[in-house]
Amino acid sequence: MKVIDLKTGLWNKEINVRDFVVNNITPYYGNHDFLVGPSEKTQKLWDICKAATKEERLNNGVRSVDTETISGVNSFEAGYIDKENETIVGLQTNELLKRAMKPFGGYKVVQKALSEHGLAPSDSVNELFTKYVKTHNDGVFSAYTSEIKKFRSLGFLTGLPDNYARGRVIGDYRRIALYGIEKLIENKKADLEKITGPMSDAVIRLREEVAEQIGALKDMIEMGKAYGLDLSRPVENAQEAVQWTYMAYLAAVKEQDGAAMSLGNVSSFLDIYITNDLEAGLITEEEAQEYIDQFVMKLRMVRHLRMEAYDQIFAGDPTWVTEAIGGMFADGRTKVTKTSFRFLHTLYNLGPSPEPNITILWSYGLPQNFKNYCAKVSIDTSSIQFENDELMRTTRDSDDYGIACCVSFQEIGKQIQFFGARTNLAKTLLLAINGGRCENTGTQMVEGIAPLEGDVLDFDTVMDNFKIAMTEVARVYNDSMNIIHYMHDKYYYEKAQMALIDTNPAINIAYGIAGLSIVADSLSAIKYAKVTPIRNEEGLTVDFKIEGEFPKYGNDDDRVDIFAKNAVADFNNELKKLPVYKDAAVTMSVLTITSNVVYGKKTGATPDGREKGVPFAPGANPMHGRDANGAIASLNSVAKINYEDSQDGISNTFSIVPKSLGATEEERIDNLAATLDGYFDRGAQHLNVNVLDKETLLDAMENPEEYPQLTIRVSGYAVNFIRLTKEQQMEVITRSFHQSM
Amino acid sequence: MYCHNPDSIDTHGGEEHEIEDLVRRAVNMKSYFGKHGGVTVSGGEPLLQSKELIHFFKRLKEEGIHTNVDTNGRVLNHFTEELLDNYADLVMLDIKHMTEEGYQKLVGAKNKETTFRFAAHREASGKKMWLRYVLIPEITNKPELLHAMGEHFKNYKTIEKIELQPYHKLGIHKWEALGWRYELENARENTPEEIDAAVAILDNYFKEVKVN
Repeated sequence: MKVIDLKTGLWNKEINVRDFVVNNITPYYGNHDFLVGPSEKTQKLWDICKAATKEERLNNGVRSVDTETISGVNSFEAGYIDKENETIVGLQTNELLKRAMKPFGGYKVVQKALSEHGLAPSDSVNELFTKYVKTHNDGVFSAYTSEIKKFRSLGFLTGLPDNYARGRVIGDYRRIALYGIEKLIENKKADLEKITGPMSDAVIRLREEVAEQIGALKDMIEMGKAYGLDLSRPVENAQEAVQWTYMAYLAAVKEQDGAAMSLGNVSSFLDIYITNDLEAGLITEEEAQEYIDQFVMKLRMVRHLRMEAYDQIFAGDPTWVTEAIGGMFADGRTKVTKTSFRFLHTLYNLGPSPEPNITILWSYGLPQNFKNYCAKVSIDTSSIQFENDELMRTTRDSDDYGIACCVSFQEIGKQIQFFGARTNLAKTLLLAINGGRCENTGTQMVEGIAPLEGDVLDFDTVMDNFKIAMTEVARVYNDSMNIIHYMHDKYYYEKAQMALIDTNPAINIAYGIAGLSIVADSLSAIKYAKVTPIRNEEGLTVDFKIEGEFPKYGNDDDRVDIFAKNAVADFNNELKKLPVYKDAAVTMSVLTITSNVVYGKKTGATPDGREKGVPFAPGANPMHGRDANGAIASLNSVAKINYEDSQDGISNTFSIVPKSLGATEEERIDNLAATLDGYFDRGAQHLNVNVLDKETLLDAMENPEEYPQLTIRVSGYAVNFIRLTKEQQMEVITRSFHQSM
Repeated sequence: MYCHNPDSIDTHGGEEHEIEDLVRRAVNMKSYFGKHGGVTVSGGEPLLQSKELIHFFKRLKEEGIHTNVDTNGRVLNHFTEELLDNYADLVMLDIKHMTEEGYQKLVGAKNKETTFRFAAHREASGKKMWLRYVLIPEITNKPELLHAMGEHFKNYKTIEKIELQPYHKLGIHKWEALGWRYELENARENTPEEIDAAVAILDNYFKEVKVN
C-alpha cells in the first residue's frame, strides 16, 4: 500500500491504531445495494466447512483432537481447508476443526474433556503435567480458603474461571497489520528499558510480563512464516490487512482457550485498506467481499477443547469471537463503513451463525441506511446483538472499544478485563430469610443474620438481612477473584494478546450477578402481598405461601423496578469497597450466559413463587411470562437499571414474533429500528433480538437436521439452537415471545 | 362476526384504567415511536367511550403523541364528532360490507349507513383516514362489491390508503375459548390470485392499496 495515500498523525509517532482510523476512515451513508454474493472460492470452502461441522455434530461435538501437542502460538504446522481456494489462510491446528490441548488453565479439565471422547493425553504430556508443571487451576486451589470452596460448591459462586482460562482480554489485533511485528517488538523493548527499580513485586512482575510478550511476538513471526507470510513488516494491501489481522487473532486462540476471546472492532480499520485498493482499481467488490467472507469463515471455525460440564454454563460450544461494528466517533462522525456492511453481509453469504458474535454499537446518529440494514439482518437471521454506543462512549470516555465476551465495554489496546463469572443473588436473598444458612443444606454460610421470627415475612427485616448477606457474599467473591487472577497471571499469562496491548494497561475486574428478576419480584411480593415461609424441621424455609397480588418486574411499574435497580446498585457498592489485585477498577454485569438454567437448579424456592429448581430468567430479563404488558413495558423495566452501577453490562434478551413487528418487511425494519432507538434513548445498555415463532423452534427440536444453521440469541451471545441440550432448548421456548409491542 | 380481539367486545368486561395512568404509559413509550408511531385505540368499539377518549387524546396531544382511532364507524354522536374534528390525527375505518344485507349478516346489526355518514364527516374535517377491509372469498371479495366501494369513496381526498386484510382462521381458538361459535367456520382463505384480483380492482380507485 502506498503510504503516501494515508493521512499521517499521531499514529506515525506512537502505537495508536485509533488515530490511524480517525484520520483515514471513509464513513458510508448509502444503502446495501453495493453488496455482492459469495465468490466461487468462498462457496467451495464453505461447503467443506459445512460438511466438517456436520461430521463434528454427529461425532458427539468433536471432530478430532490432537493428544500429543501442547498448543501454543507456534506449535502446529500450517493447516488449510482447501489451500488453492483460500484467500485468507490459517487454522488453529494442522487440520480443520481439530481441537488442541491447552492445559495451562487446568490439566484435569483437559483429561476430562479427552476421556469423555474416549481419549487421553499422550504419556509425555501426562508425565509433564502430573509431575512437573503447575497450572492455573493448581495454583488457585492451593490458595483457596475453605470458605471460598464452600461458597463455590453450594452454588453461591458459579462458573468462576478457576479451572479454565479467564479469557475476556482483547488484543489490538490491528496493530500487526498497521505496524508489523518488528516495530511492535522494538516498542516493547523500549518499554522494558523504562521499567526500573526499586524492584517491588509489581515492578518485577511487569518486567517479566513484558519479556514474555516480546517472546510471543517473535513466535508470531515464526507462525506467519509457516504460512509463507512475513508478519514482521506492515501490510501493503487489503488482502494482507485482513490476513495479518487474522494471524494476530489466530496467535491468541492457539495460545489461550479463554471462555470468551473477542476480536475487537476491526471492520472499519480494514475498510481503510479495502477502500484504498478499490479506488486504486487493484481489487473488485467481489474480492473485497471474499476477504471478509473468508475471514469470517475462519472465525466460525475456531474451536476449543471443553468438557461436558462446561456446557451447562456456556452452552452450544461458544467461542465469543465478538466483533463490534458501527458506533460514532467522539467528533460526531459515524464509524460505519462499507466494510461494516460487508461483515453483516456474511450472514447471507454464509448463512446465519452464532460466531463471530456480531455486535452493533447503536447510536441515534448512525446513518439510517445502516440502521435499516442491521434491523433487516436481525429480523432475517436472529444472529446479531445491539449495544448502546452513546451510553458506553460517553460514560467510559472512549470511542475505540470492543465488546469483551457478551456485553462488556473494553477500550482496545488500552484496557483489559479480569473475568469473574457471577454470584447468585437469589440465593443471597434466601440467606437473609434463613439466618445466613444455605437453603438446601442448612450449612452456615454467613454470620450475623438472626433467624427470622414470626410467620409472615416482614419487608424491613428481610431487607436489613439481605444487606448483611450481600456484604458477606461480596467479601468472599472478592477473595476468590483476587486469588484467581493472581494465579492466572502467574501460570497462564496471555502473553500473545498482552503483546498487542499497551504495557501496563488499565484493568477492570468484571464481577457479575444472576437472579436479579427473582430478587426484585421476591422483594415486591414480601412488600405488597403476604408471604409466609414454610419451614422444615430444621427451621429452613423450603417453600412460601403467597397471598394477594404484587407488582412484577417487566411491566414498567416503578414500585417493583426500583428493587431491581437498587439491588444492582447496592451489590456493586459492596464490591467497590473491597481491594482488588493489581488495583483493577470494579465493574459488574447482570448477565447469565446460559447458566440461568443451572443457577435455577441450585436454588431453592423463592418468595416470588418460583419453585425450587426452576430456571432463572437470563441476564436482566424479567421472569418468563410475568412481563404481561407488551414488549415496550418489558424493555422499559430493564432500562431502569443504571449503567453507572453495572458497567460490565446489563444483558437483555428479547424475543418477538415476526408478525407483531409489522405486516410487511419494510414495516418490520422500521419498527425494529425505532424500537432500538427508543430503548437506547432510555439509557438501556444491551439488547439481544430474536425475531422468531415458537413453532420454528419446536420444529427444530423435532427435526434438527433441517435446521443446521438455526441461530438464536440467548444471553449476550448466540448459539446454534440444535446444539443446545433438550433442557436448555425447553428453557428458551418457555421464555416470553412478545406477541405485541 | 369477525374481530381480531373478540375478548374485548363485552361492554361490561375489561379493566378500567385511569386516564393519567394510560398517558404515563404512553409517554414512557414515546421514545420508541419513531416517525410513524403513536397511540391507537382499538376495540371492541372504542368510540363507545368517545367522551373519555376526548380527554385521553387531548392529554396525548399535549404530550406530543400521535393519536389514532381504529373503528367500524358505527357510532356517530357529538362526542364522536368532536373527537374526529379535533383530536384524532388518524382514523382507520373498517368497512365491513357494501350491501345492507351483507353487512347485517356479518355484523349482526343494521348500520351500514352510519359507517358511510361517519366517513363523510371525517372527509369534511379534512383530516386523514385509512380504510380497512377484510377479504373473505365469496362474502366480501367479490368484484361488484369492490367496485361499489371504489365508486363510493373515489372522490374522498382524506383517504390515504386502503388496507386489505385477507381472512385467516388463526383466530378461531380465541372465539372458542370464549365459548362462542365461530360463525365463519365454513369460510375459506383467499388464494394468492384472489388477493391479486382484489388489489387490481381497488388500484383503480385508491392512491395506495396495501395487503396486510
